[in-house]
Order: sequence, then structure tokens, then C-alpha cells
Amino acid sequence: MSRQIVIGAVLLVALVAFPLVSPWSTVILTVALCEGLAALGILVLLRAGQVSFGHGLFFAFSAYVVAFMAAAKFGHEVLLLVPIATAASGLVAALVGLFIVRYRAIFFGMLNLAISMVFFSLLEKLFSITGGADGKRVPRPTLAGMTLERETFEFWMFYITLALAVIAALGVARYLVSPGGKALEAIKTNETRLEYLGVSSRKVLYGAYLLSGLLAGLGGAVIALVSGHVTPELAYWVRSGEFVFIAILGGVGGVAGPFLGALMFQIIRGYAAVYAPETWHAVLGVMLLVIIFFAPTGLYGLIAGRKRAAPVKEGAR
Amino acid sequence: MPPDMLFLAALDGIAYGSLIFLVAVGLSLIFGVLGVLNVAHGSFYAIGAYVAASAVLAAAGMGLPTWLAFPLFLISAILVGVVVGGAVEALLLRRIYGKEEVLQLLVTFAVFMILEDAQKVIFGVRPLFANAPMNWLGTVEVFGIYYTNYQLILIPLVALAVLVGLRLFLRRTSFGRAIVAVTQDREAAMAMGINATSIYLFTFMIGASLAALGGALSSATTSLTPGIGSGMIVLSFAVAATAGLGRIEGAAVAALMIGLGRSAAVYFAPEFDVLIPYLIMVAVLLIKPEGLFTTLQTRKV
Repeated sequence: MSRQIVIGAVLLVALVAFPLVSPWSTVILTVALCEGLAALGILVLLRAGQVSFGHGLFFAFSAYVVAFMAAAKFGHEVLLLVPIATAASGLVAALVGLFIVRYRAIFFGMLNLAISMVFFSLLEKLFSITGGADGKRVPRPTLAGMTLERETFEFWMFYITLALAVIAALGVARYLVSPGGKALEAIKTNETRLEYLGVSSRKVLYGAYLLSGLLAGLGGAVIALVSGHVTPELAYWVRSGEFVFIAILGGVGGVAGPFLGALMFQIIRGYAAVYAPETWHAVLGVMLLVIIFFAPTGLYGLIAGRKRAAPVKEGAR
Repeated sequence: MPPDMLFLAALDGIAYGSLIFLVAVGLSLIFGVLGVLNVAHGSFYAIGAYVAASAVLAAAGMGLPTWLAFPLFLISAILVGVVVGGAVEALLLRRIYGKEEVLQLLVTFAVFMILEDAQKVIFGVRPLFANAPMNWLGTVEVFGIYYTNYQLILIPLVALAVLVGLRLFLRRTSFGRAIVAVTQDREAAMAMGINATSIYLFTFMIGASLAALGGALSSATTSLTPGIGSGMIVLSFAVAATAGLGRIEGAAVAALMIGLGRSAAVYFAPEFDVLIPYLIMVAVLLIKPEGLFTTLQTRKV
């Protein structure tokens, strides 16, 4: 546990300080945090041994909720838009979850993919409502009643997102050590035994699914605000795949992992944009294979290193 | 709605269903034998389409007769299946049998990402259109609407041939029986002297070739753009899941159902045509979570 806190604290200090040193990085870092939030949702599911190739659905849904509300001049205020859009995503997760928690592994992953692709197609096809492939513009809302210049807005959005990410990470860390979180891990190791203990594995997974949908929704709401426009691409399988990639890259050992992964992902994306703009997904694919075969614990595992090898110490703490 | 419209929709649906059957049956076969859901399957479809279209255009450029396109389709499908499919199985999948299903999904997903970009690099991003083979077969008039013989007759015939051929191959030939044996009990089959490693490799090549064949046949009817593979993997999964993963005859029925459903939507509610396959899948899975044909057959292949 202590190592987890150290890694998290170092990461946090770095994140707090970085925009003060180099203001140009705020938007990139905010985007990284949003993707880290969605990847945190994937981490929750991975703890249960499930992978979703469709969390772009929740990410995009809340982004579009923000876009529609902003366009309608309804609650054009960050402090209203973010919670409402996140809750809307949670509602979708609650609905989809009813169906999806009946399935495991392949079906779980692929049904998520199918549902998100349906949403993607609808976003593209219903041109009159969603603006088709061009998407919708999101005018800059007020922040706590104040109309801000772009740079000030971006600056404050970063710290708000950072605060939200910290709260989310701590919440998830707590959830993972709670009985519900432990039951979640049991779905991966031995679901039958869990059922014998009188715990409904579907209910446990439903809770986790709802949480992961909310996390992806939170990320989507913020990204719509900072990027200023939404496109169907947010729901495309590539986006969902990136979340999974970030979660695996960062490592699922601790809640700091997805954020480490998201930062690394931005760095890789930056380099790939220069050196391999055409083959950027191939680079991701190769890296994913390398991680799976050679570093299955991800960045977090590499840093946390011997944590698992010395569990006695942890218990004695 | 006039009945002849319904009939026309049915013809469209059969052509479309036949095409997705070819891809889905490959996916189903690979899952049945290897136990791996191959997310990269859509890439084999796309690569098959691109290779076939390039071959047809190259042949036309050399002034060769148009009918040569049909053997070229078959050759490119097998080539893609053996070279690309074989490489994926031998280099990657072989290392992960028996590991977590999620890990297997992730590995094939990584392959998918790599192959998607490989297509763009090799074949470019400009739309590729090679419809000469379709025009060469001519058209037939049904209720005052001209249909191409290619879509109305050739594609369904190929699908039927694949269905019957696969069935005979798996039930009657010794190699096919060896595949079934490995599927049912790998250890027992190996104890009987069956080389499971090569069975896995060949099954994967066959499955990949079928996807590539579907792609090759589709290359004459649509223009090829990057991204056709990702739509196809979701669609063929819908078919395979509706049927029950690993069920070959079931895949034919499910493909037909989904094909007919989708073309009915194209005629009556065009905005929602993409939704139909998934609605059918969700409806089926809600009632029978393992797919339509799981209890009818106990054999996996």
C-alpha cells in the first residue's frame, strides 16, 4: 500500500507543478487525465478479468450530452455540465449493464464493442441531430459563473480535472479493497466459489460496470469542454481500444497505473505524430504485444517492482 | 408495402447474408478449434479484398481476360490466409493458448491494430474500385429491377459451396476428422498421434482464407476504403454469436437471418440498417445466452 501512495504522490506533485513550469502543456495534460479516467474504468473491469472494447460509448455519450446542453444554452456552466453529463453516462451504463453483466470474457468484450459501434453509427448517420461526422461545436461555458479567457479557462479546467482524477482514483482504490472490490477479484479467480459464498457475481460486476461507465463519462465530459468540439470518433472502437491500451500500458496493479499509462500514451502519441503519423496504431499494436509478452504488469508494475514479492512487509506495516 | 419490394429485399438479403456467412464461418471455425476469438478476423477480410482488387486491376492492366478475376479471387484469398494468417498463428497465437481469454482478445486486438495500418501503408488510403468481374457476369431482370448475376447467383453459390464443402471436409476426410478430434479433446487426440500444433495452424489458415475470400468477393461490389475490416469484425461476431460460437451450420442460418433483416431495414428504414444485426443478436442472446444452436448440436465443429 505504501508504495502505491508514494507513486501516487510523486505523480500528483509532478502533475500539479508541470503546468506552472510550462503553460503550453495544460491541454495535453488535461486530455491525458480524461483518458486516464476512462482507463481507470477499464482497470476496474480488468480486476474482474473482463475487458471492454466499447467504453468509448460512455466517453462519447457524456461528451455529446455536454455538446447538446451547451448548444441549447441550458446550464452553460462547467459545474453543472460535468456532473449532469457524467450522471447521464452512468444512466446508460446502468441500462447497458443490465444486459452485459450476464456475459464474461469474449462476449463481454465483444458486446461492448458492438454496442459502442451502434452508437458510433447512429452519431454518424443521424446527421440532422448530431451533425454527422463533423460533430458539434462546444462553446466555452462559464466556470462558477465567470466567463473566462481561453488560457485561464484551460488552466483552471486542468486543476479541476486533476482534483476530480485524484478523488476518482482514491475512491476506486477504496472500492478495490472493500468487500465489493474483493468480490470483483474473485470473479476473475473463481466465480463459482463466489456464488457458493452467497454473493451474486452479477450484482458485483454490475456495480463495477456502473462505476467504470461513470469514470469514462467523467473523462468524456471534460474532454468535450477542453477540446471545444465533439465528433463520433469519440465512440469509435479505436478510442475504446486506446483506453484498454492505456490501462494495460500503465498496469492494473494500482490506481496510479492508468494515469501513468495516459501520460506515457501522450508522449508516445507526440513522438508518433512526428515519426510515424501513418502507422500510429501499428506502433500501439506492437507496444501492446511487447507489454503483454514481456511486461505484463505494465509501467506501474515496473516501478512498484518487488511489491508483490514482499507481501509480508505490507502486512506488517 | 408491395410484395415485390419484399421479394427484392429478400434477394438483397441473401446476397448480403452469403457474404457475411463466409467471414463469420471462418471466425466460428477458428473459435471452435482454437478457442480464440480472433479480433483480427476483419483485417483478413479487408486484406483479402485489397489483394484481390489489386490483382484484378493488375490483370486488367496487362490486358488479360476478365474471367481470370475469379481464379484470382481464390488465389488471393488462399495466399492471404496462408501467409498473413499463418504468420499470426505461428508467431503470436501459439504462445497464448491456455492463457486467460482476455489476454487472447488483447493479442488479436493488437494484431488488428497493426494490420489496419499495414493496409493503409501497402494499399494507400484512396478508394479502390475493381468492379469489372461483376459487370462481366451481366445482369438479370427481376420485377423490373436489374440485379447483377454476381450478387444474385455467384456469391450465394460460393457460400453454399463453402458450407457443404466444410461439412464434408470435417466429417468425411481424415484431416477434417482430426480437426474435430482436437476440438473435442486435445490431449486424447494427441495421444492418438494427431499433431495438434499443425491442426491449429491449418485451421487458422482455413479460417483466415475464408474471411479473405469474403473480402475478395466483396471487392467487386463496393469501393474499398480503410476501415472496412473493423465494421466486418463486429458484424461477423454478431453472426457467430447469434448462431453460437463454433457452430458452422448455425452460422449459415444466422447470417441469412441477419442479412435478410438488414436488407429489410435498408428498404424500409434506411437510417437504422446498421442497428438490425445487433438488435437480432441482442434479442437472441437475451433468450439464449449461448446462441441459437448450442443445444441442437453437441459437437463444436
